[in-house]
Amino acid sequence: MSETSASLSAAEIAQAVSSRKMTALAATEAALARIAAHDKVLNAFTDVTADRARAKASAIDAALAAGQPIGPLAGVPFAVKNLFDVQGLSTRAGSKINRDLPPSPRDAVLIERMEAAGAVLVGALNMGEYAYDFTGENVHDGPSRNPHDPTRMTGGSSGGSGSAVGGALVPIALGSDTNGSIRVPSSFCGTFGLKPTYGRLSRARSYPFVASLDHLGPLARSVKDLALAYDAMQGPDADDPSCIVQSVEPTVPLLANDVRGLRIAIAGGYFQQNVFPEAVEAVARVAKALGAKRTVELPEAARARAAAYIITTTEGAALHLDRLRKRPNDFDPAVRDRFIAGAMVPAVYVDKAQKFRRWYRAKVQELFQSVDVILAPATPCTAPKLGQVNFTLDGVELPVRANIGIHTQPISFIGLPVVAVPVPLEPLPIGVQIITAPWREDIALRVAYALEQMGVVAAPAPRGL
Amino acid sequence: MADHLDDYMNAAASAMALPLEEAWRPAVRANLEVSLRLAKLVDDFPLPDDVASAAVYST
Repeated sequence: MSETSASLSAAEIAQAVSSRKMTALAATEAALARIAAHDKVLNAFTDVTADRARAKASAIDAALAAGQPIGPLAGVPFAVKNLFDVQGLSTRAGSKINRDLPPSPRDAVLIERMEAAGAVLVGALNMGEYAYDFTGENVHDGPSRNPHDPTRMTGGSSGGSGSAVGGALVPIALGSDTNGSIRVPSSFCGTFGLKPTYGRLSRARSYPFVASLDHLGPLARSVKDLALAYDAMQGPDADDPSCIVQSVEPTVPLLANDVRGLRIAIAGGYFQQNVFPEAVEAVARVAKALGAKRTVELPEAARARAAAYIITTTEGAALHLDRLRKRPNDFDPAVRDRFIAGAMVPAVYVDKAQKFRRWYRAKVQELFQSVDVILAPATPCTAPKLGQVNFTLDGVELPVRANIGIHTQPISFIGLPVVAVPVPLEPLPIGVQIITAPWREDIALRVAYALEQMGVVAAPAPRGL
Repeated sequence: MADHLDDYMNAAASAMALPLEEAWRPAVRANLEVSLRLAKLVDDFPLPDDVASAAVYST
């Protein structure tokens, strides 16, 4: 049973449950069995909410038997990065310090919306401490491991999310993305990932990192599953002041719409530098399938990445200033040292970075008057080895941690929607970013769906289990 | 410059009541050097005086 439903998508599980070919409880038990069998290797989960999941699944089966509506994600197991509030758990956000917080009284709003659509929460997932991470490593909980090679990184900071979905323990996981933390693990673990427009999905009752850059979103093994989760989570929410949407714009009905006629270009300049051959190959395959030949330049992308870095390190430091004073030895030392340095960056640079953001945002929006989609690498390379400090590119030794997110940071910096699609290269997959104008998640998902139908992108079966 | 940055780190840590143990100093300094190098890249870019900080997109 567990191996059978591992191959089922969220859409297929929901269909099977709705048509009474499978119970929600059976789908849940299968996910719990997969977690029990494989998480010793992957270390994706920090909490397994088995009792809660069984109760929720039984309630869905009872509702179905009573003829009540059960939602488009009926019986679909999912898990969340452990910075989402889960009722009854302390929201650790990858830290040691937060374990002392009282248990959360209520779920994060996105969990509530997923469960309102019939999904079943099965647990919380490993992540880099306080989300200040691109590797998926964690000194307190141990690293989450890549499902295609457990000696390699998952990418971070939503490392457990990438591992759990890439390893097919669950079909859907939720993550957060401040500078690339959904797209990087999607790339390394071979999953689809959606970072929506800044302000699209509510962040209420999730633990923040950098409020002016934080996004939440889903990871999944198919585009339809990604869109199902995204559609279930959309909607206004007064509890997140940045969530300014007024309406829900469903994307599932649009997925199969023709993508011919879309103006698709490849990001040039900065986005074609500091890349390994596998990233070049992945972008080339996607571009060829879409007939994209034109190249566009995002102006001042290197400066955009620099500004994102400054905002991140200073806002992050501000968030944790008091904890740095009171409990400095309870941080991951590497994270602590970054935050202390961030606290020392003069405020004038932060102001200039936010003003540059306005300029850059306007320039990139001008680009979208002549293109609908921009393609770029999600990461410069496939998953590095756990603990790897440097890699050599064009004969130059570069630090891994600082360079993993160089192609994602200039995009999230101005909140553009992106679907990361996995190109199943051998021996490891790697992602490509499908970037669109603000609020056009529908276009990014349509392009990703078309690529999936062409067989150019796919979440590979886990090779390391 | 090296001494000035150490002086600055000491003063900043003292002003904000932040701990800065000797064992942490090399890593904190290395991180601060990266931040200041990237901040210079932003600082060097000319912007109009009336540009406002970024806001969220309107729908």
